[in-house]
Amino acid sequence: MPVNPDSPDLDERTLKTLGAPSLAELKAAGVVPSREEMAARPCVCVECIEEIPCNPCETSCPQGALTVGQPITNLPVLDRDKCTACGLCIPACPGLAVVIKSLEGNLAKIRFPWEYLPGPAKGEEVEMVDRLGNPVCPGTVVSVINPARNNRTAVVTAEFPAEHVDEVISMRRKTWP
Amino acid sequence: MERETRPAVVVGAGPAGLCAAIELKRAGAPVLLLDENSKPGGQLFKQIHKFFGSQEHRAGVRGFEIGKDLLRESLDLGIDVRLDTEVVGLDPNLNVWAVEARKRSYTLEASRVILATGATENAVPFPGWTLPGVMTAGCAQTLINVHRVLPGRRVLVVGSGNVGVIVAYQLLQAGAEVAAVIEAAPALGGYGVHTAKVRRAGVPMLVRTTIVRAEGSEGVERAVLAEVDGKFKPVPGTERTLEVDAICLAVGLTPSIELAALAGCRTFFVPELGGHMPLHDEFMRSSVPAVYVVGDIAGVEEASTAMEEGRLAGIHAAHSMGYLDREEMERRTADTRRRLRALRQGVFGEKRFVAKERVLAEKEKECP
Amino acid sequence: MTDAPELSAVNRVTRHAVLGDLEAAREVRIWFEGRPLSAREGEPILSALVAAGVGVLRHTKKGSPRRMFCGIGRCTDCVMTVDGVPGVRTCVTAVRDGMRVERQAGVGRWAREEERDGA
Repeated sequence: MPVNPDSPDLDERTLKTLGAPSLAELKAAGVVPSREEMAARPCVCVECIEEIPCNPCETSCPQGALTVGQPITNLPVLDRDKCTACGLCIPACPGLAVVIKSLEGNLAKIRFPWEYLPGPAKGEEVEMVDRLGNPVCPGTVVSVINPARNNRTAVVTAEFPAEHVDEVISMRRKTWP
Repeated sequence: MERETRPAVVVGAGPAGLCAAIELKRAGAPVLLLDENSKPGGQLFKQIHKFFGSQEHRAGVRGFEIGKDLLRESLDLGIDVRLDTEVVGLDPNLNVWAVEARKRSYTLEASRVILATGATENAVPFPGWTLPGVMTAGCAQTLINVHRVLPGRRVLVVGSGNVGVIVAYQLLQAGAEVAAVIEAAPALGGYGVHTAKVRRAGVPMLVRTTIVRAEGSEGVERAVLAEVDGKFKPVPGTERTLEVDAICLAVGLTPSIELAALAGCRTFFVPELGGHMPLHDEFMRSSVPAVYVVGDIAGVEEASTAMEEGRLAGIHAAHSMGYLDREEMERRTADTRRRLRALRQGVFGEKRFVAKERVLAEKEKECP
Repeated sequence: MTDAPELSAVNRVTRHAVLGDLEAAREVRIWFEGRPLSAREGEPILSALVAAGVGVLRHTKKGSPRRMFCGIGRCTDCVMTVDGVPGVRTCVTAVRDGMRVERQAGVGRWAREEERDGA
């Protein structure tokens, strides 16, 4: 199993019961950057902790910072020193499991994949959500990009209060007016 | 070796059948591809998520785009595709009985038959399951992604395997609300990355939960759920009601083996692969040597594995018909097998790999 | 019959993040229980009816309502009487201009030759 069996937090695993991994589960898998790291540079977070046959993150990375190797069911391993946080892995991941997070003073910034309409617009006030879909805090959309190479997976960048950086994973879906 | 001039007949133009026909045609063998639908592609065109795997499996490409590419390839190769053609009979001498446009009936003498007939979604009966609004997950998927209509506004999904979770996501993408995804087992079945993206959209996922009944007069208005005990029996007093107007059942698929049975193919019960399925060897040959089975009929897996199985059978059939020498056949199938092996690994794939090994061993034992 | 109000396509998914905007299609007019509705050329009867919000497609012999189940021609839940012919699987039968689609009770009844319209 991908989770370290020595971890004290095994009771807090929620991926297979609630549908989304708990922070403890992700930490045990080693995919949660520390606040210091996020303050130093934008950090790719690959929340992929199950052995499934998949490696587009590896082939999408121009820096060779993500390694899956053989067999392709290996979990991706990130080399933060090679990563430039270009973000190409976000739309490349078929599981929509990659986000990039950073901290700047009181603000956190997240880049996440988005495949719903209506999409958010730059400058829009939105509600940031945690992995269980609960609203966490308000956020502001900084940019939305969806070039042809993304193949219709938009990448949204939003800012929100820094204290919520660990919980926030996405934004709440919008409805048509 | 003399070349066989009677055609190989491929039944079913989904991902497995298309790939089988493409490999046959590429090798120069005569091939006919029959499908009962008015459009080829099988269920690929309702798959709108990006596929998993690696580049050689077309990872990152959406299912309907893979479908378009396969159609273009078969068109470029000039494959004879007969649509609106139902195959209603097949005998051990490879006489294929087809009905065209529900009007004209004819038989074809085939030299090889490749059955790519797919699978049928399972039903789960509960009080109210015949009410308008209860449908299979695949039904909802066809309606929203192929025909662009919403079959419900607020939907309950029963079953948390990849099919259920993907359909929940696609219902959200089409503008519906998903009231919950429920699962009777203690753990969710689908890939964690699929459940996570649906969960963060605010969809509750309830394990150890079953549907007790659907209520409504002329259609579904409510679903009553209950927790289940270790024996999957509802626990009294745990009932709760969800207001929904549709219920999607994603409770597995069963191989569609009718034609294989008519041809006399030996079957074997493999619960991990959907139930009764024809025995087959490493080249997808059934117990009737000139009949191959590929894709979901040979055990329910995924479109990506179905395509590789189709290629495997197509290459081998072309060889057995005298259109590829042994060396070339082995070279081409080695690549296919390596790609297949890569897909049958990890916590999800290994189980299917082991089940497939059992099928091969049984075939070897029963009809060497 | 021509005075009956038209059913509108309330359940059409016109915009989609992955599939894009719904492409224009030639309009085909069919009649459901005497009411006109417009369908998209090439689509099955079933999807035109679901788009128009039709909830019940037939009743069983005992009067229990049915709509659809598998949507791909396997289960026969969605059968209706089409141009006087009962038991037609509406999920795999394409719409045609002027087609008359009716609910059936039980296995339905074949219309007499003179009642059939363009069938």
